Amino acid sequence: MERAPVFSFRGVVYSYGGSCSPALSGVDLEIMPGEWVALLGANGSGKSTLAKICNALLLPAQGDCFVLGMDVSAPENIPLIRQSVALVFQNPEDQIVASIVEEDVAFGPENLRLPQAEIRRRVDAALELTGLADMKRRGSYTLSGGQKQRLALAGALALEPRALVLDESTSMLDPEGRASFLERIGELNTHGMTMIQITHRMDEIFFASRVVVLQSGRVAWDGESSDFWDGPYLSFDFEEPPELALYRELKARGFVPSGTIPRVDDLLESLWL
Amino acid sequence: MKLSGGFSIGQFIPGESYIHSLDPRCKIIGAFILFAAPFIAKSPYDFIPIAFALAAITRLARIKLGTVLRSGRPVVFLVALTIVLNVFWTPGRELARLGPLSITEEGVTLAFCVGLRLYFLVMLAALLMMTTSPMAFAGGLESILSPLAALKFPVSEMAMMMTIALRFIPTFFEETDKILKAQISRGADFESGGIIKRARAFIPVLVPLFVLVFARAENLAIAMESRGYVPGVPRSRLNPLVWAARETTSILCVIVFIIFTVLWNRYAPELISLWLGLL
Repeated sequence: MERAPVFSFRGVVYSYGGSCSPALSGVDLEIMPGEWVALLGANGSGKSTLAKICNALLLPAQGDCFVLGMDVSAPENIPLIRQSVALVFQNPEDQIVASIVEEDVAFGPENLRLPQAEIRRRVDAALELTGLADMKRRGSYTLSGGQKQRLALAGALALEPRALVLDESTSMLDPEGRASFLERIGELNTHGMTMIQITHRMDEIFFASRVVVLQSGRVAWDGESSDFWDGPYLSFDFEEPPELALYRELKARGFVPSGTIPRVDDLLESLWL
Repeated sequence: MKLSGGFSIGQFIPGESYIHSLDPRCKIIGAFILFAAPFIAKSPYDFIPIAFALAAITRLARIKLGTVLRSGRPVVFLVALTIVLNVFWTPGRELARLGPLSITEEGVTLAFCVGLRLYFLVMLAALLMMTTSPMAFAGGLESILSPLAALKFPVSEMAMMMTIALRFIPTFFEETDKILKAQISRGADFESGGIIKRARAFIPVLVPLFVLVFARAENLAIAMESRGYVPGVPRSRLNPLVWAARETTSILCVIVFIIFTVLWNRYAPELISLWLGLL
């Protein structure tokens, strides 16, 4: 049986008022269930606009966008789309609504008008998943940057979404916070959650199964992440992550077999073997 | 220079005390009834039961008395100004003279009462906010004001605005602090010169602060919308409001206390004089 895409963009165009060039100028893209897509591109390439369309925060000026088969332009679909696709933004401070951790996580389910017992179940589950269960009665303003971003993730997960869109969600985190955050979302993807991860950090692409590069509002490259390293990334002026440089060097000297996805763990494993 | 140091109005202190666990409506109504106590106080003696009540509530809330006392800091200047104005400009029996200004007995009493009144009001309000999370406070207020919804008053939107405003108080001061430090590192001087010079020096702080606040407000609105918030649409609650017997008992205690303060204000001066006479 053929699986239906989670996101389907067909010739999507979007322009911000006052801007001479469109943010998106004809995006065609399909994202299937369980995929982890790294969305790359320079500033102004349309990544965040695309993310907002995924959640029906912006509506395409032209073309169609379907989320789980629902047209984002149909107002009656918006509540279900927002429930199905959760967004986590760059700055957690901009997403935390309540002063108490559990109250903030409950914000989404409360908007869905769920019964109290169901809200409690979702809040506890989201806090457990994000490792914040011990902090549920703490003031959100007392959390560290990494914990705040995990709180933002918990708030998104409490909606029990089918897909998660991360808009540069790790850019304000320290290496430890970033590793912990990526570990959590990795677990979610393992359990079938569809991911769109907008990032400028090349080393984070190692976690993704697919890479999409946006350039001037169009899809400039789309393919598997392992193929991305074989050359396309060089044509987009992306900075080479140290892991990739190490991989190339080791591969040139015959220490690692060709075709290995250059993840740090894989590299270390190859070296020890 | 740190703007946020010690500022605690509106800052919720999470806890599991009896006061924390009360229904927010009970706390709001109770606080408003208690607000009457400093207003009916006419002499310094009248503040004795209010001080005891405040100490008792602080104890029940398991909050340090020092924290509550410090919450009055933001109004210290206002209190000082009120005292000065009342001491020198209240007519009555002259106690001393400072050039053209005379200090009267009535002025000293009035200044003391007005100053204490302001200070107690702030501390009571702070105690309410310290024991009630902004979300619970907004929920309670929304419920109390819900009859106004029939008059098309946007009660739930107002409650949400209040929640967010209270939630952002610490963030706002943090950001102000950061901007202040950034401007100081670039040579800005906020601590020398007269009032006008100092006020002018704050312009480079206010401009980025306003830009930041508006940007943050827009981002927050997007984040709230993405989490399914629709203004004016009813929401369910993680912690539903429950008015039980203990809430009724608490309100009755507050009413009894107010009756006691009225009686105290009427008879205390005579009783204290009698007691002092006996000593």
